Amino acid sequence: MAEAVVRELRASFTAGRTRPVEWRAAQLTALVRMIEEKEADISAALQADLAKPHMESYLHEISLAKASCKFSLKGMKSWTKPEKVPSAITTFPSTAQIVPEPLGVVLIISAWNYPFLLSIDPVIGAIAAGNAVVLKPSEIAPATSSLFAKLLPEYVDNSCIKVVEGGVDETTDLLEQKWDKIFYTGNGTIGRIVMAAAAKHLTPVALELGGKCPVIVDSDVDLHVAVKRIVVGKWGCNNGQACIAPDYIITTKSFAPELVDSLKRVIKRFYGEDPLQSADMSRIVNSKHFNRLTSLVEDKKVADKIVYGGQTDEKQLKIAPTLLLDVPLDTALMTGEIFGPYLPIVTVEKIEDSIDFINSKTKPLAAYLFTKNKKLQDNFVTNVPAGGMLVNDVALHLTNPHLPFGGVGESGMGSYHGKFSFDCFTHKKAVLIRGFGGEATARYPPYTQEKQKILRGLINGSFIALILALLGFPREKR
Amino acid sequence: MGSLAEERALGYGGLVSDLREVYESGRTKDLEWRQSQLRGLLRLLREKEEEIFDVLCEDLGKHRGESFRDEVGSLAKSVEDKLQNFKKWAAPEKASSLLRLIDSDCSQPAATPLVAFPATAFVMPEPLGVVLIFSCWNLPIGLTLEPLSGALAAGNAVVVKPSELAPSTAAFLAANLPKYLDSKAVKVVEGGPDVGEKLMEHRWDKVLFTGSSRVGRLIMTKAAKHLTPVALELGSKCPCIVDWLDSNRDSQVAVNRIIAAKWGTCAGQACIAIDYVLVEEEFAPILIELFKSTLKRFFTKPEFMARILNKKHFQRLNDLLDDPKVASTVVHGGYFNAKTLSIEPTILLNPPLDSDIMTEEIFGPLLPIITVKKIEDSIKFLKSRPKPLAIYGFTRNEKLKRRIIEETSSGSVTFNDAIVQYGMDSIPFGGVGASGFGQYHGKYSFEMFSHKKAVLKRSFLIEFMFRYPPWDDSKIGLLRHAFRYDYISLFLALLGLRR
Repeated sequence: MAEAVVRELRASFTAGRTRPVEWRAAQLTALVRMIEEKEADISAALQADLAKPHMESYLHEISLAKASCKFSLKGMKSWTKPEKVPSAITTFPSTAQIVPEPLGVVLIISAWNYPFLLSIDPVIGAIAAGNAVVLKPSEIAPATSSLFAKLLPEYVDNSCIKVVEGGVDETTDLLEQKWDKIFYTGNGTIGRIVMAAAAKHLTPVALELGGKCPVIVDSDVDLHVAVKRIVVGKWGCNNGQACIAPDYIITTKSFAPELVDSLKRVIKRFYGEDPLQSADMSRIVNSKHFNRLTSLVEDKKVADKIVYGGQTDEKQLKIAPTLLLDVPLDTALMTGEIFGPYLPIVTVEKIEDSIDFINSKTKPLAAYLFTKNKKLQDNFVTNVPAGGMLVNDVALHLTNPHLPFGGVGESGMGSYHGKFSFDCFTHKKAVLIRGFGGEATARYPPYTQEKQKILRGLINGSFIALILALLGFPREKR
Repeated sequence: MGSLAEERALGYGGLVSDLREVYESGRTKDLEWRQSQLRGLLRLLREKEEEIFDVLCEDLGKHRGESFRDEVGSLAKSVEDKLQNFKKWAAPEKASSLLRLIDSDCSQPAATPLVAFPATAFVMPEPLGVVLIFSCWNLPIGLTLEPLSGALAAGNAVVVKPSELAPSTAAFLAANLPKYLDSKAVKVVEGGPDVGEKLMEHRWDKVLFTGSSRVGRLIMTKAAKHLTPVALELGSKCPCIVDWLDSNRDSQVAVNRIIAAKWGTCAGQACIAIDYVLVEEEFAPILIELFKSTLKRFFTKPEFMARILNKKHFQRLNDLLDDPKVASTVVHGGYFNAKTLSIEPTILLNPPLDSDIMTEEIFGPLLPIITVKKIEDSIKFLKSRPKPLAIYGFTRNEKLKRRIIEETSSGSVTFNDAIVQYGMDSIPFGGVGASGFGQYHGKYSFEMFSHKKAVLKRSFLIEFMFRYPPWDDSKIGLLRHAFRYDYISLFLALLGLRR
């Protein structure tokens, strides 16, 4: 089945359907219309899949998707133009340019936690770059998946953009085909499988994976504001089920009590006395993840460290915002990506120690720092490798389309958003145009001493050598 | 860490962890260090030039003229370019963080949505860490030192694995890189496929592989286990389209350049060498005559053309002419000297398209000429074949040039010359599709071994309360205003802001 899909898309691509900028603009405009007209349906699907509050759906998925479409629509004209670059003296006279061209037929495998945005966003980039696309939405968010399967054919060119639904079997079938690029959002285990499958066909990949995103909180901050931002960045982002949600906090031993108090107060203000009843909190996506999360705190030596929250409702698949203090570092909670509403706080002697702590783990997708101390900020930015970073806020960097969004090391490879999405699905073809003039016999055999001298000068950029070479020195006997 | 022999027996774990320690110490990130390494490379190229010519001659029979032109000379220029620019490339780059107004009427696509205003945004390049470079045997100096210079300019610790098929050059690199560079952070590991396999058992922060597709697949599969990002520079059949050229001078220039790109470049054993020519039926005989006379003029001595790498490749090339249907199409040359491993420049006219010589990368001094009825037919010919590393076209026809650029896909396209694109620092070098992925040369070499980290900084000053739960319809309404170009509502909202 996947083979037939790829064959059809390849035919459409080879026929040149996706190349004209007008076609690409028409698809993106249709997507904008789709998002506007079907906003209620999208929000309902997200509510069904994740109990996502309407506000989160609007703020984090719908508005960002629309903005991304519009940004690409505006930028596309200049992005698709060839870029003139300087030519070299050795090839004088000549002109050089970089011509962007689509890779061809691409596969986008999306995730379940932001099932709308993480599907649409890379698709926008692929279309803007002129590719034919297959979107495989996550089966763990089935309402959104079927929404795509229903809506996309109504709005976009179905001969070039297709939705393939399904689980492991369908995905495996898709991965066996030959693609010109595969874009995967999800976890590292599947990421490895995707890359190994791509290797068989020498297909380049972009992997948007996860990690443990740390938040360093210094004592010199405007605490109330900082805590509000942390809380909304953690539990206001799909209840912690986001690749860029804060995974754990690091602060000094002396500041921890004040921080914990502030966190408690803000959580209560945002989610009420009984957060499990709050309509503003997403649920855990399914029982498998619910069990995975609750088992993280089963062990007494972890459960003992809970300082706030911990309530669960298995029927509703809800877990309340939970704070833990100084959990032993060798526990599963502290070694793997949590992806849920638990927020452990790690304490250190001096705030600078937090840098080494973060660097002792694999490179995260995002790292956060709250401080007014410029020196600490510089230390953080310079010495903590991460996909991206934010100072004095959480998660927002992904909303800036001028910043590349992507991981490094375990958190992934490749980046997108804004023009970076376009680049992700583009081949930058180098084009060098020479004329028949500027013939330098110095480059041809027989290689004499004189020729070598001139060639040496030419390559080293000497004008005199250039002139001599152009004048045809050394003269050869015919 | 033990000696390299001990390391080999133990699977290189010690080597990798030592390099990681060196990298974590911050030594290679230091800009002064990077500068000293690039200077070291330049000194190596200058001081050891004669020795480099010697080893290239030993390994491949390359004439020093060719070696200077293709490996030493362009390399020195490229390293010089990096020395001058790496600080600029390593500096943080400001990104727009203007207030974003998302609306179709808006003429300026700005950056940060209102909820994130104000903010400063920049992109910070950082080294990937500990990287591995697999080089190839045909340009063994260039294909090692160009990426090495990029990795060093970007601040990485590096392991270089030269090809064992060019042993003198490998030994030269193993002996000299430690002398001219920081031997604690730059290592040369010699050996064959088994060494490559052992190295790939480890996690690297990036691997660059230059070589065949078969091995490329193996490398990427092994890299997948560790999520090691890779760049693959693979081979392909680089076609050369030769349009009807009216002037004799143009034809002569074209032939000069094609000959240089085929037989003057490692005897055709180069990923960007011209593999075969496409030409109109009527022009073919003219072209062939010009080839014959020019070849005689250029290659007056056997030493002006490199030899075939080894017996295995010699035999492989010999076998390409086994099929009598292929052998009968030879119109020039065809003499194979097994003793000296040299093959004279050989031209074939229209060998069968399904023969090995027309389906596999030739990588040798055999040049098939394929004729078409109209030169435009060559575009269709190319489209049905795997994407090559380079497409060449000799023509004055602007329309044909445009069609080739727009309707074919390849790593690069060069008009009216060949190979020269390799030495340019302003354009990226790399393949697409079957010819690979990842680009380098010039600034791209720096970027290949860098991660561009996005950084956003906010202040505590302005807060928008509708960002936070509990959420109700009025907050959602405010947010909609914020996401539209609705100044009045915005202003009113802003007034009720600061707690």
